Amino acid sequence: MLKQIEGSYAVAQVVAHCRPNVISAYPITPQTHIVEGLADLVGEGQLQAEFVNVESEFSAASVVLGASAAGARAYTATTSQGLLLMSEVIYCIAGMRLPIVLTCANRAISAPLSIWNDQQDSMAVRDAGWIQLHAEDNQEASDLHIQAFKIAEQTFLPTMVCMDGFILTHAFEPVDIPEQKEVDDFLPAFKPRHIVDPRWPRGIGLFADPRFYMETRYILHRALEKSEETIKEVSAEFARVFGRDSGGFIKTYKLEEADVAIVSMGSVVGTIKELIDQLEEEGKKVGLLQICSYRPFPRKEVYRALKDKMNIVVLEKCISLGRGGILASDIRWSFPRAEKRDRNISSFVAGLGGRNISIDDLRYMVEKVEKEPVEFEFLGLKKELIAERDM
Amino acid sequence: MEKSQYLEGVEKKDLFAHGHRACGGCGQALAARLVADAAGENTIACVATGCLEVFSSPYPDPSWRIPFLHSLFENAAAVASGVEAAYKALGKGPVNIIAQGGDGSTADIGFQSISGMFERGHNVLYVCYDNEAYMNTGVQRSSFTPLGARTTTTPTGNKTRKKNMPMIAADHGIPYVATATIDDFRDLQQKIKKALAIEGPKYIHILAPCPLGWGHHGELTVEVCRLAKDTGLFPIYEIVDGKVTNARKIPVKVPVEEYLKVQGRFKHLFKRGVPTEEVAEIQEIANQNIERFNL
Repeated sequence: MLKQIEGSYAVAQVVAHCRPNVISAYPITPQTHIVEGLADLVGEGQLQAEFVNVESEFSAASVVLGASAAGARAYTATTSQGLLLMSEVIYCIAGMRLPIVLTCANRAISAPLSIWNDQQDSMAVRDAGWIQLHAEDNQEASDLHIQAFKIAEQTFLPTMVCMDGFILTHAFEPVDIPEQKEVDDFLPAFKPRHIVDPRWPRGIGLFADPRFYMETRYILHRALEKSEETIKEVSAEFARVFGRDSGGFIKTYKLEEADVAIVSMGSVVGTIKELIDQLEEEGKKVGLLQICSYRPFPRKEVYRALKDKMNIVVLEKCISLGRGGILASDIRWSFPRAEKRDRNISSFVAGLGGRNISIDDLRYMVEKVEKEPVEFEFLGLKKELIAERDM
Repeated sequence: MEKSQYLEGVEKKDLFAHGHRACGGCGQALAARLVADAAGENTIACVATGCLEVFSSPYPDPSWRIPFLHSLFENAAAVASGVEAAYKALGKGPVNIIAQGGDGSTADIGFQSISGMFERGHNVLYVCYDNEAYMNTGVQRSSFTPLGARTTTTPTGNKTRKKNMPMIAADHGIPYVATATIDDFRDLQQKIKKALAIEGPKYIHILAPCPLGWGHHGELTVEVCRLAKDTGLFPIYEIVDGKVTNARKIPVKVPVEEYLKVQGRFKHLFKRGVPTEEVAEIQEIANQNIERFNL
């Protein structure tokens, strides 16, 4: 049933339908309405779960770690500084193969303090061993949560659903929230593999000396690569059952005929599609490659989709300071060495700290790369605020 | 005391098995065994990173015959909270959940998550094995390092007094707090059992000497505990619902010099055998404890 609802509350309702046993979250640094929505549902008795109000994100992540190790379906949500504070536990959760689902409402990182959207936070933990799925809109964000529990519990890989803070979390849009029964039919009960239980005493979280550690990393890496199949299967099944495409590995828009291919992820793809339609009317062929699964990275799909494109531009809301675009380097890596030659792959960073990305900004970007490739550029930078002596 | 009499009523189930990699005379290894055996099979141990974790859980041969869960240095209390929440949510149990850590993970880096666990009221027992410094990493000062003690980060002796964790725990309003040492097996195990029978968060602070870090002979570990008690430096008591009870009377009070002299970490407090001013200050701490708890 379609509901006009705020993104955070839509996610809260969908997560509730996934029947997590334990939810733990910290309400600040900064938070969204997701956990408030879940607290209400638990308080009203609509969701039978333990809701643990903790004293920090560090403990929130630790509580869901403990709960998952004891066999519970466990969920938490965070963003920005909160995710960074969790980061030590984030690595640990992946290393322990605990299938926790976390919503990351993507927001900027201090300093300076900013509570607005970009994707630096989830990027900061991209190498931790989690599956990272990026939502385009609130419908997809909601749908991805149902898929995330299934993917996580089939692969024993923790899964992060990334949705742009404010732009999605605080936006009111019509969202179809599946009925409880539909979710129950799609998402079977969690069957844990190893748990702490006195009936089967075992150690979880043993330490590994140099004889054993590296293999654990190899296994985790391979498991993430292999999760590609599960992500694809689950999104295909979701499309069959619920009748709409959500998630998956990549998506494209008018890419086949395009002379310029824009690559991006998250909510900005909506604006990009709008521009593509405008440019089409003006007789220009521009297309979009949208990254849905950032980890595991869809290298083969990216290559297949872009192998005939000689003019590619990557737009992202995060930066590796001192290096440049992060997604851009992933895209460049997706081509075999020989095929990189003569191929223009431009890199733009935009929207940091909530800076609006307008359709005019994007039009400028496309027109610029039509003329010449751009190694790396900040889009929408206010030059009047920058003094040479500060750099 | 006859050995048999001394061990009477002491639970020995080897739930924390021999063959671990602790140093000879390790107070913490003995304490962990007493705790596990007192708690029994129906127990989950959530252990913080530290000596205990390192010497008891190397893959592939851990020493635990009860379920053991370790993730990080500073989150044992929060992990245990999560285990407890899961058991509640899944309708499983009852089960004993014991979070355990050394003084560093209790007093310093994990302090916040312990406070959170106490305040939220989880049905978890937190056991602190206090060896008064970061021993696992090479004897660095923690906020449980006592006045005067030499560590690798206080080479001229520690200038501050020890953080009073049992009182801090009690001030959270939790139903049960106790102190214990490894020289009295029965007392330690009775306190573990008593704590586990009480619903809610509990805290037990166990003095666990470290021959390596304290600079005493391994065979003196138990004796050092007796001296810590009989000088008044480590008072033995319980706090039940906020009230101090069962403070152990000291039969014959011993001057702190006796305790300090057997340990290398206090050696610098004596110049050619003559105690320096700091020894008087340490005696004052013992006197204050004796007065406060009417030892």
